[in-house]
Amino acid sequence: MSDLPRAQDLGLIGCHVCRMVCRDIGAPDAACPRCGSPLHKRKSASYTRTWALLIAAFMFYLPANILPIMRTVSLGDVDDNTILSGIIELWVKGSPDLAVIVFTASIVVPMLKFIALGLLLISSQRHSQWAQRQRSKLYRLVEFIGYWSMLDVFVVALLTALVQFGFFSQVAPLPGVVFFGLTVVITMLASMTFDPRLIWDGRDFDD
Amino acid sequence: MTDDKKLTEDLPEPVVSKPRINASLVWLVPVIAALVGLSLVIHAWYEAGPTINIGFQSAEGLDPGKTPVKYKSVIIGRVTAVRLSEDRSHVVARVALEKSARGFATADTRFWVVRPRIGLGGVSGIDTLLSGAFIGADVGQSQEPKDDFVGLETPPTVTHGSPGKTFDLHSDDLGSLDIGSPVYYRRIQVGRVSSYHLNKDGKGVTLQIFLDAPNDQFVTTSSRFWNASGIDVSLGADGLKVNTQSLATVLAGGVAFQDPPGPHDATKAQENDAFTLFNDQATAMAPPDGEPRYIRMRFNQPVRGMAVGAPVEFLGVSFGRVVSINLDFDEKSQTFSTLVGAVVYPARLGKANDKLVALAKAQGDDEQMSQMLGKLVDRGLRAQARTGNLLTGQLYIAMDFLPKAPKVEFDGRARPLEIPPAPGDFDKIQEQIADIVAKIQKVPFDQIGNNLNDSLVELHKTLQQVNGSVLPEVKTTLQGAQKTLGNANNTFAPDSQLQQNLGGTLQELQRAARSLRVLTDYLGDHPDALLRGRRADNDKPSQAPPLPPPQDAPSQGSKP
Repeated sequence: MSDLPRAQDLGLIGCHVCRMVCRDIGAPDAACPRCGSPLHKRKSASYTRTWALLIAAFMFYLPANILPIMRTVSLGDVDDNTILSGIIELWVKGSPDLAVIVFTASIVVPMLKFIALGLLLISSQRHSQWAQRQRSKLYRLVEFIGYWSMLDVFVVALLTALVQFGFFSQVAPLPGVVFFGLTVVITMLASMTFDPRLIWDGRDFDD
Repeated sequence: MTDDKKLTEDLPEPVVSKPRINASLVWLVPVIAALVGLSLVIHAWYEAGPTINIGFQSAEGLDPGKTPVKYKSVIIGRVTAVRLSEDRSHVVARVALEKSARGFATADTRFWVVRPRIGLGGVSGIDTLLSGAFIGADVGQSQEPKDDFVGLETPPTVTHGSPGKTFDLHSDDLGSLDIGSPVYYRRIQVGRVSSYHLNKDGKGVTLQIFLDAPNDQFVTTSSRFWNASGIDVSLGADGLKVNTQSLATVLAGGVAFQDPPGPHDATKAQENDAFTLFNDQATAMAPPDGEPRYIRMRFNQPVRGMAVGAPVEFLGVSFGRVVSINLDFDEKSQTFSTLVGAVVYPARLGKANDKLVALAKAQGDDEQMSQMLGKLVDRGLRAQARTGNLLTGQLYIAMDFLPKAPKVEFDGRARPLEIPPAPGDFDKIQEQIADIVAKIQKVPFDQIGNNLNDSLVELHKTLQQVNGSVLPEVKTTLQGAQKTLGNANNTFAPDSQLQQNLGGTLQELQRAARSLRVLTDYLGDHPDALLRGRRADNDKPSQAPPLPPPQDAPSQGSKP
């Protein structure tokens, strides 16, 4: 047991907002005496919330991929594309680099987030002590890339605003992009509700 | 641990606030997500219509997932997949119809690919040049469900439910007509050919035409249809005729119809009534032909200019046409004669025919009316080959009554019936010319010529004499005459003696005349002067003063 003591081992609790440290009196509805924000040792119901949001995000992810996200009208030629068909079209029409970028941003990253968050949740709930440092890094990575997952949504929004040439060329958003946006937002919320300190709580059960 | 305790004791205690919202409410988020997803699934399932397969010759323009199926320009489905048929003879397009288009998966629905088409009749589907092809649909009345369809290669010309009527036209051949060929009524397009097929026995073609409402009402039971395709140029006995319906029909063909002139049955035709499609307007407008009869004529003179198809007229009414011309050889007279066969339609003669038929029946004549015809021949009915057009020399057959024609035997039992011929107009003229030529030939041109020749020889001799003896004398005479004229010329010259004498004489004469006048005046005034002599001038000196000197001379001269 070479680990350093945690705040809860010392009966301490810190405020998340003003960083004031208080005594842990064990009351469930404790609040910070200085700023009045709720005090809790770990983010409250972190597992439940993260799970719920993760599942909801995944549910939205399915229609985001099945439904078309963008309609391009070019000289009367109407073309509806889903994320995957757009990537295939880019690849076939000679822009493999763009296809790789879109594939990474729209397919790999969301899937990675689902897998990573699921892994973190399961391993933490099992109080596993496996690769705790790496799991922490993974969490930071998930938090970081969360900001960059909206690429598709931005592309569609920009094109819709810019490409409005009536009959010659027109771009319109389709329902898929809404679901994709919801997926991204909800996964970000899920990663926010997850408390990374839970990764380190595993040792309680080793004792 | 005491340090720890101390540390803890120094720290402030948290306050207890009011209870917070139950964390498990977060599960509402996935529930909502699930509901949304479920609603999408239900929506898709609910909206999904039947899936059908349509066979086409080629998948040109068909794009899986994109090509729409349209009915009246409304999208009712989309091609989801295109694959080859198992025997690779055609392609099968899988089409997901929308739920609202369930009724299109029935037995008599037709599908076709709308592509840009440029034909003689016009241009269609230009919009698909840019938007890509789509599948057009036309639904029928049937309720019987069906999944597999065979697509049409050309768009149907008539869609179900368009107001109008369909009629059948029977024709010998299709001519230059095609599906979509226009149908004209008074040169206005009122419909089009919707389909055609060979009759089952192979002897003819049946065309279906569709006339749009309200113009379909102009078709009556007695309407005549004819093929108005191309330019109708006919060089016949009537001259050169060019007739065409419209420029489009010249290229693409067409059908025209009209009611026959004169009184006719004007009952409106019913759907699917059958009509005959005539080859041209003239045949169409002719009275109903009735049963054709075959007759024959034997001409003893050549009938150059007679052609198959030449009209046969009876008293100026065209009622048939020549169908054959060939030669016959008569062994007895060792002569050739021309046999002209013709098909005639006695019904075209109208009332005359009706009456004749009734009369023949009453008299117990046979079907060919040979007795009746025999009587007519006795009264002078003859067939003549007449020139219809002097320019082209086309002949036609005219049947006329020629009371002066020599009597001929009429064989009522001969089949076909033979109408005795009469020499035609041209033949008559030829005969007359021959007459004239014969008369001219009687003139003794040889004798006249000889006599004339003799006379000319005599004349020649005389002229020679004249040349030899008379001419020199004439010459000397002329010289003499010339001299005389020269003398005369000298005599009458202005400076000649004669002229001067003449002038003097004339002056003298003038003076004498004046004296005479004075004298007569004086005597008029003084007639007594003749007896008493001249008096002294005392009464009117003004009257005679200028005269004294000349007065004296004549008075003196006249006195003696």
